[in-house]
Amino acid sequence: MKRIIITVVGMDTVGIIAKVCTYLASNRINILDISQTIVQGYFNMMMIVDINESVKAFEDTASELEQIGKEIGVVIRCQREEIFESMHRI
Amino acid sequence: MISIYEVNETNKMIDKENLDVRTITLGISLLDCITDDLEKLKEKIYQKITLSARDLVSTGREIEREFGIPIVNKRISVTPISLVGASACKSEEDYVEIAMILDKAAREVGVNFLGGFSALVSKGMTESDRLLIKSIPKALAATNLVCSSVNLGSTRTGIDMDAVRMMGNIIKETADLTAESDSIGCAKLVVFCNAPDDNPFMAGAFHGVTEGDLVINVGVSGPGVVRKAISKVRGESFEVLCETIKKTAFKVTRVGQLVAKEASERLGIPFGIVDLSLAPTPAVGDSVADILCEMGLEYAGAPGTTAALALLNDQVKKGGVMASSYVGGLSGAFIPVSEDQGMINAAECGALSIEKLEAMTCVCSVGLDMIAIPGDTKASSISGIIADEMAIGMVNQKTTAVRVIPVSGKGLGDSVEFGGLLGTAPIMKVNNYSCSDFINRKGRIPAPIHSFKN
Repeated sequence: MKRIIITVVGMDTVGIIAKVCTYLASNRINILDISQTIVQGYFNMMMIVDINESVKAFEDTASELEQIGKEIGVVIRCQREEIFESMHRI
Repeated sequence: MISIYEVNETNKMIDKENLDVRTITLGISLLDCITDDLEKLKEKIYQKITLSARDLVSTGREIEREFGIPIVNKRISVTPISLVGASACKSEEDYVEIAMILDKAAREVGVNFLGGFSALVSKGMTESDRLLIKSIPKALAATNLVCSSVNLGSTRTGIDMDAVRMMGNIIKETADLTAESDSIGCAKLVVFCNAPDDNPFMAGAFHGVTEGDLVINVGVSGPGVVRKAISKVRGESFEVLCETIKKTAFKVTRVGQLVAKEASERLGIPFGIVDLSLAPTPAVGDSVADILCEMGLEYAGAPGTTAALALLNDQVKKGGVMASSYVGGLSGAFIPVSEDQGMINAAECGALSIEKLEAMTCVCSVGLDMIAIPGDTKASSISGIIADEMAIGMVNQKTTAVRVIPVSGKGLGDSVEFGGLLGTAPIMKVNNYSCSDFINRKGRIPAPIHSFKN
């Protein structure tokens, strides 16, 4: 399974999760886990998603999500899960 | 499953604490290019490098993008050119031509440095070694991306003092030929004792003859991450301090290991080693000196500095070897002056001297690095500095190196601006009492005894 971690950081506003999820659904990207916190007044969300069935390449998904982030005033970043696995798991 | 806190920790390291992979270095053997015809040799070298490294930079960028970790440099190291050119090069000019073709190939594939314009002369010099060494000043003045290194000694062979004497003059000449750009040629030239075959860091990278045809070596970094981590344990015991450094080094190295594995798989080139060095940059917060200060020193260079550095270096290794099965290269803390804002500050206020830096090189990798000295420093004094550093490496069975820049036309009180990763440096004082009668002796210093270690 190819997993990607999507992080969203920025000022809280209406519809952030909706926008991101709509994009993911329309590209056949399955959400495995969502967690969210508010850190120092900032909206902070992490999603673990499965891109095996995705209709788009990683690169396109990453830049399109980045663009959606810009439109709603948050930073959206996509990273392969392995970087976190390798750093935090033995 | 990965938690949001772990994700945030990693991304904070990248965004705020300058965590990056310092370099992916592709080692390329040029042994199969050897021929006695200079033109043919140049053609073969160009073809081999541009073919082998054609996807290096784009693959590096892909990995950066997918994992969200900056890979600052993509570089190439090649077989020491004094071996490759031995048959075809009959003059210094021939070697300069090889340097220029290396420069052209490096530009073509988009890497930011290519290392290996090198000679290994720890016991003696061949005619080819001599010609290459003599061509270094012109070669470095005529190129931008080529780095040169000369191995002058080893624990097994002793120190080739004829080569040490020669290098004093070569460094001066290199400084003079690049005088209009603050003698930057010398920033691309380093001399070694016990040079490793698989070092991915410049200026000393070369592809050793014990290596395979192609290899991927990765250099990690992360002084900013270590400093931040130990800022949370101020006043705690040494045990806590060590534990914190070890854990951080582990995390940083795992990222390097991951990038190395990915690069190796995507390029179809075997993975060699991860180099665990803490490599600073002039960026604020990305400083090894700042780690020493965080441990409790007012400035790097204060009494206690050598002990603090020894502790740091050892813990970085202990954390790092757990994180990667193949560790190599230099693996330790780098203490360059111009590339580390904390070192620059310490040198400027007088806390740090060349002599203290020399002591520090006894306990860490690599040596006297990126130190600007007065342009009128005698060649014999530079040779003396080199000989001292080589002796430390030889006796302590470790790699040591010297990369000093005698800046043409500048003296004490001046400073030089190299720009980019090479940074800024105040000119440091050199002890000018003469050592020329010692340096002018011919021959070599014998290898040290390997028993009676008490």
